[in-house]
Amino acid sequence: MKFSENWLREWVNPAIGTDELVSQITMAGLEVDEVCAVAEEFTGVVVGQILSAEKHPNADKLKVCQVTDGTETFQVVCGAPNAREGIKIPFAKVGAVLGPDFKIKKAKLRQVESFGMLCAASELGLSDDSDGLLELAESAPVGSDFREYLDLNDAIVDVDLTPNRSDCLSIHGLAREVGVLNQVDLTPVEIVPAEVQIKDTFAVDVQAPQACPRYLGRVIKGVNVKAESPLWLTEKLRRSGVRSIDPIVDITNYVMLELGQPMHAFDLSQLSESIIVRMADEGEKLTLLDGQEISLRADTLVIADKSKPLAMAGIMGGEGSGVSEETKDIFLESAFFAPISLAGKARSYGLHTDSSHRFERGVDAQLQNKAIERATSLIVEIAGGQVAPVTEQVSQDDLPRANEVTLRRAKLDQYLAVTIAKDQVTDILTRLDLDMVEVTDERWVTRAPSHRFDIAIEADLIEEVARIYGYENIPANMPTAAVNFTPAAEAQTSIQTMRATLVAQGYQEAITYSFIDKESSLKFVPDVEPVPLENPISAEMGVMRPSLIPGLMKAYLHNQNRQQSRVRMFETGRRFIGSVDALEQLDQQERLAGLIAGSREPEAWYHNSDKVDFYDVKSHIEALFALNDGDMPSYERADVVYLHPGRSAKVIIAGEEVGVFGELHPQFAKSLGCNQTVYLFDLNLDAVLTGKLPVYKVISKFPEVRRDFALLADRETPVASLQKIIMEEGGEAFKEVSVFDVYQGQGIDDTKKSVALGLTWQHPSHTLSDEEINKSVEQILVALESQLGVVVRG
Amino acid sequence: MENLKQILADALAAVSASDSESALDEIRVRYLGKKGALTALLKQLANVSAEDRPKFGQLVNEAKGQVQVEIAKRKEILATEALNAKLATETIDITLSGKGQEVGGLHPVTRTQERIENFFRGIGFDVAAGPEIEDDYHNFEALNIPEHHPARAMQDTFYFNANTVLRTHTSPVQVRTMEQTQPPIRIVCPGRVYRCDSDQTHTPMFHQVEGLLIDENISFADLKGVLQQFLNVFFEDDVKTRFRPSYFPFTEPSIEVDIWRINSKGEGSWLEVLGCGMVHPKVLEMSGIDSEKYTGFAFGMGVERFAMLRYRVDDLRMFFENDLRFLKQFK
Repeated sequence: MKFSENWLREWVNPAIGTDELVSQITMAGLEVDEVCAVAEEFTGVVVGQILSAEKHPNADKLKVCQVTDGTETFQVVCGAPNAREGIKIPFAKVGAVLGPDFKIKKAKLRQVESFGMLCAASELGLSDDSDGLLELAESAPVGSDFREYLDLNDAIVDVDLTPNRSDCLSIHGLAREVGVLNQVDLTPVEIVPAEVQIKDTFAVDVQAPQACPRYLGRVIKGVNVKAESPLWLTEKLRRSGVRSIDPIVDITNYVMLELGQPMHAFDLSQLSESIIVRMADEGEKLTLLDGQEISLRADTLVIADKSKPLAMAGIMGGEGSGVSEETKDIFLESAFFAPISLAGKARSYGLHTDSSHRFERGVDAQLQNKAIERATSLIVEIAGGQVAPVTEQVSQDDLPRANEVTLRRAKLDQYLAVTIAKDQVTDILTRLDLDMVEVTDERWVTRAPSHRFDIAIEADLIEEVARIYGYENIPANMPTAAVNFTPAAEAQTSIQTMRATLVAQGYQEAITYSFIDKESSLKFVPDVEPVPLENPISAEMGVMRPSLIPGLMKAYLHNQNRQQSRVRMFETGRRFIGSVDALEQLDQQERLAGLIAGSREPEAWYHNSDKVDFYDVKSHIEALFALNDGDMPSYERADVVYLHPGRSAKVIIAGEEVGVFGELHPQFAKSLGCNQTVYLFDLNLDAVLTGKLPVYKVISKFPEVRRDFALLADRETPVASLQKIIMEEGGEAFKEVSVFDVYQGQGIDDTKKSVALGLTWQHPSHTLSDEEINKSVEQILVALESQLGVVVRG
Repeated sequence: MENLKQILADALAAVSASDSESALDEIRVRYLGKKGALTALLKQLANVSAEDRPKFGQLVNEAKGQVQVEIAKRKEILATEALNAKLATETIDITLSGKGQEVGGLHPVTRTQERIENFFRGIGFDVAAGPEIEDDYHNFEALNIPEHHPARAMQDTFYFNANTVLRTHTSPVQVRTMEQTQPPIRIVCPGRVYRCDSDQTHTPMFHQVEGLLIDENISFADLKGVLQQFLNVFFEDDVKTRFRPSYFPFTEPSIEVDIWRINSKGEGSWLEVLGCGMVHPKVLEMSGIDSEKYTGFAFGMGVERFAMLRYRVDDLRMFFENDLRFLKQFK
């Protein structure tokens, strides 16, 4: 909410400057976003009047004006198109200063002398409007100082009010708060009920009393809508960011800003029979003030007459029924609409107005009468008219009740860890207009004023006391708590260790968006219908990712397109598979995914330009699983649409697939525009991190025996199946098998490959004899031949 | 005698003039071998008078010893020279880079998040996680934000349907913890959160760390103490702060914490970095915690905001472009 500091000071005027005022209300919870001067600093500008404006003899677009400041006449050359005889304008005389480097001097423009300058609004920092001279009201006193005339020594303060403090959405409300903070009394505007001159009333039928517990209406006849709103009024509106329209609308806006009560004025001649406050019929049409026709829902409160809806209650008026240039008689509305019945309604129609903003946060339910009287007297003062009595419809049962709220001494002390003296607490609560129903050493029983309907429970009172006492006056302690640490599961690899391991292998961590475009989701994960957002930022971010891979590929391409040829990236984060209709079953598993591309090592002097391959990414995965003593994975061929069918694998732990990795499918690489081979992995993060606690095994004191073999196997036979048989058949002393060469090509049958293996034995309790080793070797070779047709290479 | 002196002098001269191990061997044979010159002198011992014999024998043996020592010394010198010459040929350019991988790095957001987590782990908080697609109840209702509450407009929410949202904060993790645990509760909940907003200063996804401490007798003063310490530790400085009243539906009193920052021109200003407050009694009750017995505080902070301050990043959107030229700066 924007307000004029001078207007506030009419209501409450503590002896502090603007900066202190701003910091004070900020520290009371009314956060000030911005403070700006109403006008730039300038001097020497007066209200002037153009006596004559003649065409410049030597320039088509310039005029030579004779301007008076009330005592003297000056010749001024001016280029503004609206410079003409009679108008009053801001006149910067010779010697005026309009800016740090802008002093008005006597000048000659195309041989014609000019003494001063006639100003546009923008030249005085009043607005960005630079379309010609700022035309002042006819009543403007010629010769008076322009700053004083427009009361320009003022600041506009923009305060960002939190939803609970709608009581401060008015000058009165802000003044109350400033009064409390400074212990200064308010000088509220005096509201005298208008003198009733006529008896005309207009029937009001409130059919929805829960939504509209109070409705006040009043007829005023014979108003002059063509009257000019006075400068003080339009300036206050302007400084609050409200445009002047006509005196009636200006006054309703003014009262809203001053007191906090949104109001509406109807053209009486447009109303048929009576005002009916009711819920809309589903699908009923209403054309709003802004010209748009909307289809109403049955949950929306409307102000209607016998024949049609006239306005969305508390949100916006309708086109035909408002005040227009032809309006003579008006029906003024001042109502209390229940916040709960308006909450979210404006937003649901894509609307947000000053009125809806206030009503859905809450308006003082005791304010309506004051407001209608204030508006009436201003209307009579400015636009004339004859005043009829106020009619009031009220449903006491539906009005908010001021409950008693008790603040206990013990709770207050416990919450704030400081003891505030009883009198001080009482004083703070009283200054906030709370009634003290009972005050003892143990408690304060209070009743909140109608404008503080946000106060409902003890914590609300604690907050108020703390706020006015000052948060800065509350001490800072470190809590003492029972030392009760949750043990860290040592069997788990910590995510930090996991990340550090990848970082040591040259990976850079990435964070990509959790939402991706549907097309790439279906491209990479065709068998999953991705979860769509109802209101995405854009189609590019339309669905929740079922895999981290599309996002990482996008990041890869971003870098490829920026000459980054060696890329290693990983990301951890959730994937989303399932349906929001079965939220409990929706898979939101945490994944670890990554990619590598380019040279195996950074470019260097030792000719290491080898590119990464399948076995690089595999070694990185193996390293992660080796970080704890859990089960090591086994690998099977994968069948994943975006991976090369011959160069990809499933990672299997305890019979369960926990991820895949491999080379990006060449077709994907082509369609995405990759200029080199990319290797990807996508793993269940939990599976990577889960392990077992290591258990010590006795180290044998007896020597190891190693024998090397070259075996001939079918090319298709996985080496792992040889290793498996060897491990199974090796006997109790068998320790390990390593693969130190795989060869296929010249010298070998082209359906075969040669696999060189090193086998190691070691017995825990004796030195192995040749016979024992031979026996084990024999058993292994027999099994290899019978099960896989593998023989020793001759 | 004269002869001995001459032979010794010749032998020593030969040793010091020798330039290889084989030459030394030859010298040893020539003077000390069975037929060597000094060995030959001993054989002449019979010709020496009995009176002079012991003296002469001693002198010859001393000369032999001296030659042996000099040969050994010379050998060592030659070996050292040979090694030095070999080492000289093996000299490499020690300014060339080492071999193997260069290390990568963590994302600045992760770095910052870990730094925040580490402080709270250190004072006994656990780290908790929860789903990102959340139901309306845990994201809003249980936090005292009923449907149509104006506070919902404070957070632009991504919806899947009327009842399902992308969490707008990590508070639902706190709710889920409170539902399952009785106090004392000490948790921090880091993670991704989402708001339907995208411009220069907002990304539709960002990271938060929220925290919750519930126990008997937890006060506003404890909240101030913990967060002041946190800021001091995070920024490695005595951070000037102000605790400013604010409003969140799930806390009361609610507070925003500003820190005093000096910009590059030397101008100071307050900058909001944390939202916090005492947990609203309704929030405790809704999750089955006795609000008479227990009180607590909650806080939340944007990780990107802290990362930007810490590393002087001035464009929020850089965090999610994953440009390696950006990411590699955070070592």
